[in-house]
Amino acid sequence: MKDIILILFCTIGTLAILFASIGILRMPDFFLRLSVTVKASTLGVGFLLAAAAMVFPEVFVTTKAIAIGFFLLLTTPVAAHMIGRVSYVSGIALWKGTQLDELDGMYDEEHNLKSDHATENFKARENS
Amino acid sequence: MTLFNYLDYVILPLLSVSMILTFIRFVRGPRVVDRVIALDLIITTGIGFITVFSIRSGKELFLDVAMILALIAFLGTVAFSYYLEKKA
Repeated sequence: MKDIILILFCTIGTLAILFASIGILRMPDFFLRLSVTVKASTLGVGFLLAAAAMVFPEVFVTTKAIAIGFFLLLTTPVAAHMIGRVSYVSGIALWKGTQLDELDGMYDEEHNLKSDHATENFKARENS
Repeated sequence: MTLFNYLDYVILPLLSVSMILTFIRFVRGPRVVDRVIALDLIITTGIGFITVFSIRSGKELFLDVAMILALIAFLGTVAFSYYLEKKA
């Protein structure tokens, strides 16, 4: 019974990672590649770490596996947001089939959002 | 079919194939940012590989390596994006 659950978890995780790698190879645009990569790979590694947390009987190994999963869940969206923002403000072309670009014209030359200009934080940063 | 045979003959080859596919994008990627996310995906796949290998070999010490790799992947992506924004 335990083996069946482990096989199921490992299969789902490996298939998610495989789909992420096929997506990064076949998608036409940087932003679509980023979207596919981050979500699917985090899901896959989460399933594999859950399998590792179940297979070892000691408590500290389970805690370590859960800690790795929590750390990945916390840091991967931050890194993806940073690299996506940098690639958008440095002017990487969107795919020609893109329907809607809601950030179009929202950034000024200093790579700050124009809607930030009215807030107190922005004025304090400008004055310092 | 036992669990260890399944891990040996199905799971680890599939992870290797996905790492090879990501490496093709890492070599071909037209811009620097494509290579950065390809490297991030290679390291994430490596974390999964190390986890499966630690289940297979029964040694839980390999999970420490996976933790360090997760830290290095995050720091690498953040450092690359900071550098690219300063350059642009």
